[in-house]
Amino acid sequence: MLFVQHLLNGLLAGAYYLLIALGLSLIFSLGGIVNLAHGAFYAIGAYLAISIGGSLGFTGAVLLSPIAVGLLGVAVERLLFRRFYKADPSLSLLLTFGLAMVAEQALRMIYGAPPLTWSIPPELRGQVFIGDFVYPRYRLLILAVAVACVAALWFLLQRTPFGRVVRAGVQNPDMVGALGISLEPYMAAIAFLGIGLAGLAGVMMAPIFAIHPAMGAEIITSAFVVVVIGGLGSFWGVVLAALVVGVTKGVVTAADYPQYSEAAIYLLMLLVLLVRPRGLFGERIQRFE
Amino acid sequence: MSAIIDTRRRTMLAGATAAAATLGFPALSRAQSDVIRIGHLTPRTGFLGPLGEFAVQAADMAVAEINAAGGINGRKIELLKEDSVNPQTASTKAERMIERDKVACIIGEISSASALTISQVAERTSTLFINTGANSDELRGKGCKKFMFHIESQNSMYVKTCGRSLMAQGLVKGKKWFSLTADYAFGHDLLKVSKRFMAANGGDFSADKLVPTDATDFSGLLLEIRRAKPDLVISNLAGNQVTNFLKQYSEFGLTFPVAGFGFDMALAWAAGASNFLGTWPVVWHHLINTAETRKFVAAFTKLYGRPPENQAWGDYNAIKLTAQAMAETKSTDSIKLVEHFEKGAKFGLMKTREGYFRKADHQMMHEMYTVQALPAKDVKNKYDIFKSSAPVPAANESLEVIASTAEENECKMA
Repeated sequence: MLFVQHLLNGLLAGAYYLLIALGLSLIFSLGGIVNLAHGAFYAIGAYLAISIGGSLGFTGAVLLSPIAVGLLGVAVERLLFRRFYKADPSLSLLLTFGLAMVAEQALRMIYGAPPLTWSIPPELRGQVFIGDFVYPRYRLLILAVAVACVAALWFLLQRTPFGRVVRAGVQNPDMVGALGISLEPYMAAIAFLGIGLAGLAGVMMAPIFAIHPAMGAEIITSAFVVVVIGGLGSFWGVVLAALVVGVTKGVVTAADYPQYSEAAIYLLMLLVLLVRPRGLFGERIQRFE
Repeated sequence: MSAIIDTRRRTMLAGATAAAATLGFPALSRAQSDVIRIGHLTPRTGFLGPLGEFAVQAADMAVAEINAAGGINGRKIELLKEDSVNPQTASTKAERMIERDKVACIIGEISSASALTISQVAERTSTLFINTGANSDELRGKGCKKFMFHIESQNSMYVKTCGRSLMAQGLVKGKKWFSLTADYAFGHDLLKVSKRFMAANGGDFSADKLVPTDATDFSGLLLEIRRAKPDLVISNLAGNQVTNFLKQYSEFGLTFPVAGFGFDMALAWAAGASNFLGTWPVVWHHLINTAETRKFVAAFTKLYGRPPENQAWGDYNAIKLTAQAMAETKSTDSIKLVEHFEKGAKFGLMKTREGYFRKADHQMMHEMYTVQALPAKDVKNKYDIFKSSAPVPAANESLEVIASTAEENECKMA
């Protein structure tokens, strides 16, 4: 029975891996940039939530902080990322790694190194009991937000003219250019969405995790594991991988080896890469071949 | 991926420090040979980094006060500060501070693993090292060194101090306890000491779980705790783990009593009044009712905009007592300072009784406290979120009763 609880808890935990990994995958798909600074934007989202929440409350923070982070993302895309779309991928790795360090240190200088206080608002506290299983209401909210993001993103990419151009751009940007469509505004929009999602993840996690300058570095590795297992560029791959990673941690904890729960997801990644180097649903992307 | 990031970070740091070394320091060392240099090493990044900032701010404040009062025997102190990062980097930096920058002593550290590597360098070069934040008993036992002294309390002192409170609450004898332990040197050491305490006092062990230091989500473990229905949940966690645990424990609405054997006040402040709960041991806190504490808290708060916590106390007092010893011996020679400490020199530590380094293992003998979380409705500001016990041990007891005995933790110094 406890095993079933761990399985269920793992599936639910997958929701926040999903929130963090979605944006990472999105930015990689379109621009080919492996954004090592994704975690930093997650941290900025959490810190901005505290700054905004001080006067506008939790709801204000949830609404405004991701938008602010998204706009920061657009600035970064316009000023930095766009110079690296056609360059050697290792250069953009260096760029985003440097960016992550600058952001972490900036947070330390502005807010100080000791962790800050931010809690679940009283109206969202409490637990839901399903038989023997207990789950905090707040985590159900995170789950709902993650599901809403997946649905909205899917609709945007698959069912709108905007999404058609983005998907064409992923496959063959030169052809899109030859058809007279400039990808530049699309790149900016995707940066807004992808990095804004990192900010949203930060706001949502802030009430249950410690808020400190290196909190981005804490989650970035798991986010990469999710994207790599799912397959770079694959939307449903990332969704599935987030759930698989959550469940793996749950099963390892259930088997009474919580100390290996972090290591287990790297082992999982290794196994997936051995069997399917492209990841579970990795697509063939012409320009990376 | 983390390995790649880690190596890159190290390469970059190495590059940056190399650049700084060739540009800045040589000129400095020739120009100011009349100052006393003290090396300060403590983690400022990583999962203990949040506590390091208190250490650095307090060390700066202590040095500024000493220099403003005319220095030590007419010589000013110059503090060289570095991020100790990890055990390897800590030992490299300690070596450079001692051999190139000629520091008189090294003060600092929070991680037990890094304190061990620094102490090895200190011992080899016969340089005084005062540990201000690493708790493991092993550093005072198997790993004890002639040149290493500890102002931070050892795990045994934390466990026995908090243990007294738990026994008074009837939470030990015949009670089932469930522990969560940080999966590294400090946690393993603390788990050993806490098992010894609980076994000796009739506690009933139900489960212990090791938690990776980079784990942030405790949901799986909280489900385990809920099912095990323990009488007492014990945290042997460290750094941000404690904050994550407290926030999520209250999120899951669990009601079993909680106690911790390792604690830093900054982690409780981060959890916030609505999530902080349980009974925890601490070497010092900002509400201790002595004139020295009030003065320190007022000065620190004025300078940095928030009250100091226990880590600030450790580094501030380590520097103050080193300066005092240098003045009393009229020397900066590590060998003379070690002799002075070993003779039982007394130091005021802002508490009701003076403290001294025990000769056998160089552990500071001093009073400790347990704090208990106040109910959220009684909390008036975000710092005063606890009520404190009287000093432990009590005034009529020897300070050594809470420390490890020679049988529990033997130290053989060379």
